[in-house]
Amino acid sequence: MGRRVLLIEDEPNIIEALSFILTRDGWTVHTHADGQTASDRIRSLPPDLVILDVMLPGRSGFDILRDLRADAATAAIPVLMLTARGQPKDRDLAMALGASHFMTKPFSNADMLEQVRLLMAG
Amino acid sequence: MVGISPSYLNLIEHNRRRIGGKLLNDIARALGSEAAQLTEGAEGPLIEALRAAAAADPGADAELPRIEDFAARFPGWAGLIAAQARRIAHLEARITELADRLTHDPDFATALHQVISAVTSIRSTASILMDDSAVDADWMQRFHRNIYEDSLRLADQSGALIRYLQGPGEDGGITRSAPDDVGRFLEGLDHHVAALEGVRHEEEAALRAEVVAGLDGMTHTRAARLLDDWLMRYTQDARALPLAAFEAAARVCDHDPARLAAEFGVPLAQVLRRLATLPPGHDHPEMGLAVVDAAGGLVTMKPAGGFVLPRSGPACPLWPVFTALGQPGRPIRARVRLPGPTGAELLAHAVAEPTGPPDFDQPPRIRATMLVRPAREGGPDGPVVAVGTTCRICPRTDCAARREPSILG
Repeated sequence: MGRRVLLIEDEPNIIEALSFILTRDGWTVHTHADGQTASDRIRSLPPDLVILDVMLPGRSGFDILRDLRADAATAAIPVLMLTARGQPKDRDLAMALGASHFMTKPFSNADMLEQVRLLMAG
Repeated sequence: MVGISPSYLNLIEHNRRRIGGKLLNDIARALGSEAAQLTEGAEGPLIEALRAAAAADPGADAELPRIEDFAARFPGWAGLIAAQARRIAHLEARITELADRLTHDPDFATALHQVISAVTSIRSTASILMDDSAVDADWMQRFHRNIYEDSLRLADQSGALIRYLQGPGEDGGITRSAPDDVGRFLEGLDHHVAALEGVRHEEEAALRAEVVAGLDGMTHTRAARLLDDWLMRYTQDARALPLAAFEAAARVCDHDPARLAAEFGVPLAQVLRRLATLPPGHDHPEMGLAVVDAAGGLVTMKPAGGFVLPRSGPACPLWPVFTALGQPGRPIRARVRLPGPTGAELLAHAVAEPTGPPDFDQPPRIRATMLVRPAREGGPDGPVVAVGTTCRICPRTDCAARREPSILG
């Protein structure tokens, strides 16, 4: 079984497209669409990599990332943040909270795969 | 004597023909009068508008002592300058409003997020179909359906965004807040409701309902309740300060709120509200109003002369209305200067007062009211406070009250 990626994103068609390309690339993809329960899902899985959208129903990706880094069990999991807001302050906040990488929507599939491979290799 | 027919003179007397330059001087000479005296009544609003235009750009060094002479000699040019100054103020207020929406409005942020999500999905899915020749038929069909759905969503959302950014008067689109809707509705009325002036008690409810019915087509039913609250307060103010007597007294004392409050024996806040709702075009200066609650939240606003506070998100804390909140009961008067290339100078009167009946078991509910109008030469002395609308769109980098950096760079 390939290494596990947890995709936390609430747009079903983005979930489908990303799941497809990641699965084809050899990763085992789990998905979660709710911000409120995302931290619990990460702890119960736990994945080798989290792809985390910023704007989620129930709770923001920034809050979830903060939780993740504060918990010793999940603090080392690489997190690739996705956001529709590409403002420098959002990027700065994500990196300050401990994001491993930050990508702005819309992104190319090739860039997404390259970053996932890089983070898994690291 | 001055070479014009009696009928042409009649047209001039009734403001149906402009007059200026040599003809004005000839008539003045013939009557043994000053040119400025002849045009005093007719050009009052024009002179006021020119003063406001000059105050908005002090760096231009407009020759203020010759303002009446200018208006009399070049009425067409003077009218054009006044109209352009009003247009600039309107556009600046509109920019502030849009910037406020872009930075604080959750509806806008959500709509933009939906557009970008649809674009992201389409790009990613289309890329799979283009690049990956080994996609099986089931996936292919699913991706085609997804692209179709996302394209419909994108079309809807982008159309709604355009309608939203086009502003008032457009149907549908993204919902706005109830205070937004009420603010725009009142702007359409110039914040004056002639039907409620002198209204009898037994007719009041029906007339208010008639005005509220004008909100038809707005997106928020809550707006109707807010508007009715505003109309109730308007009616109370109109009863306490009957229009004809109040207008006459206001003109005599140059719209001095303290003198009017003393003369009519009413709270200062009521006078400030009443001044801001005087009918337009009656020789009153352009006046704006803001009412905030104890948390600084905007309850009512009437933009004017470049003055505007954000309906959502925190405002500049240096406005006298917030100073008044900290000193309930004490009238505050201050000259303020707006940021930007125009740097218009305004005169603000503010006071914070408790609202509602006194209650021994509850803290007082305080609201602060502020009236602003263009500052005039010879107005009250004192330091000029450099204010803005909100930190996010304020260019004053050295402001000690700054909460966060400006998005203007």
